[in-house]
Amino acid sequence: MNFMASKQPENSLLSPESDSQRTLYPYVTGTSVVALKYKDGILMAADMGGSYGSTLRYKSVERMKPIGKHSLLGASGEISDFQEILRYLDELILYDNMWDDGNSLGPKEVHNYLTRVMYNRRNKFNPLWNSLVLGGLKNGQKYLGTVSMIGVNFEDNHVATGFGNHLARPILRQEWHENLSFEDGVRLLEKCMRVLLYRDRSAVNKLQIAKITEDGVTISQPYSLKTYWEFSAFENPAQGAIGSW
Amino acid sequence: MFRNQYDTDVTTWSPAGRLFQVEYAMEAVKQGSAAIGLRSKTHVVLGCVNKANSELSSHQKKIFKVDDHIGVAIAGLTADGRVLSRYMRNECINYSFTYESPLPVGRLVVQLADKAQVCTQRSWKRPYGVGLLVAGLDESGAHLYYNCPSGNYFEYQAFAIGSRSQAAKTYLERRFESFRDTTRDDLVKDALMAIRETLQGETLKSSVCTVAVVGVGEPFHVLDQGTVQQMIDAFEIVAEQEGPAAEPDVDSGQEASAEPEPEQGAAAGEGVAPMDI
Repeated sequence: MNFMASKQPENSLLSPESDSQRTLYPYVTGTSVVALKYKDGILMAADMGGSYGSTLRYKSVERMKPIGKHSLLGASGEISDFQEILRYLDELILYDNMWDDGNSLGPKEVHNYLTRVMYNRRNKFNPLWNSLVLGGLKNGQKYLGTVSMIGVNFEDNHVATGFGNHLARPILRQEWHENLSFEDGVRLLEKCMRVLLYRDRSAVNKLQIAKITEDGVTISQPYSLKTYWEFSAFENPAQGAIGSW
Repeated sequence: MFRNQYDTDVTTWSPAGRLFQVEYAMEAVKQGSAAIGLRSKTHVVLGCVNKANSELSSHQKKIFKVDDHIGVAIAGLTADGRVLSRYMRNECINYSFTYESPLPVGRLVVQLADKAQVCTQRSWKRPYGVGLLVAGLDESGAHLYYNCPSGNYFEYQAFAIGSRSQAAKTYLERRFESFRDTTRDDLVKDALMAIRETLQGETLKSSVCTVAVVGVGEPFHVLDQGTVQQMIDAFEIVAEQEGPAAEPDVDSGQEASAEPEPEQGAAAGEGVAPMDI
């Protein structure tokens, strides 16, 4: 960030308080989240890894959490910012419940609230360094959306963050269809997560799958995917390579 | 109500536990021209009497659209009403912007009530001198609330406020049980009948009243004068056919009118005699 080199007065419009308070780069990060709509609601998958740069440091990070009665939030990016977002949402849901009037915030409302928060932080040059996936259903209406750290938001039948956009979405575009059964949905998500496990260096082989239906949220116990490394292409990968390095 | 030594400011209690300034504010509502509201399961209708000061002037706006799903009719100090409508519009639009969802009426009404309460507990303020009938739709259906200068709010099936509202209330009390399941058009006709009660014999025409509707699939809007006059004409004939009571002109009742539509037949069949004084 070269423009920081010039001395900014502490109360300038560009920085809150002083520059050391702004998010410049993330430290502990989570990788892709993948989610899709299925017959009874939303299915979401994320591994439990928290990377510290190139080190796969933390292996039991829960990156998906239920929000209120109707929503499920998955996050990739800076884990501490995800925890901050959970605190914001906790307060939001608390006040919503305190009205005690039969109305409740659904996934659409939570998604839009998050969009406003992310976009406003981005405008202050102090982003929450996350890509969020918000899924849920209310009164039978399924909802699945995503918000990025710069406030880009949209809804779709299947979404993913980070590497998931490049590796999982093409699979989903081919194989997703309306009214997937639970088993088919899980199988599809596992297919996506397996590809990510092979190809994303920040992926760890310990994942959770969460589902949200009219009955509520269930987040599975952590488990690992079976992998196959005996492909002939993996044997002697240097064969045919030019040079000795 | 008579003047007494405890009514100078809003922060003084009387020995009987009354806040006279708040009660005087509620008097202001009673002096304003009538406003009525009624609701069914799916629709809410607001109506008000609009009398201009003189033939030369326009009449006061008493019904305000707050959002597509909420509208309000006021009685009392219309200036206070305008300010509160602006507050309500602001709250609705801010909520919509943040949550992309309409603000539930019940919550808006509580915010409004809390705002009114503040004015009953500050020595440098005065209570709002306006009563508001808030009509709106949310997830749980159609709602009608009445917000008072005291900071209280109540939910109603039907209600009337302002001068001569008692006549309308009597009419509504007789008929309110049928409102829940009635059709939208019948609801509007009932509103017009209730407005007519407050006119005390004066002819009901669209130039003296305003009617607004909000319902499932129907955003809040004020009905135009032409539509209102049509509806008045449609049921006035039926009302005259019902027989004696208010109208001394019995001959007009003998005119053969066009086949009354089934709903009007049902309304007439209820045997409601318009306003026996």
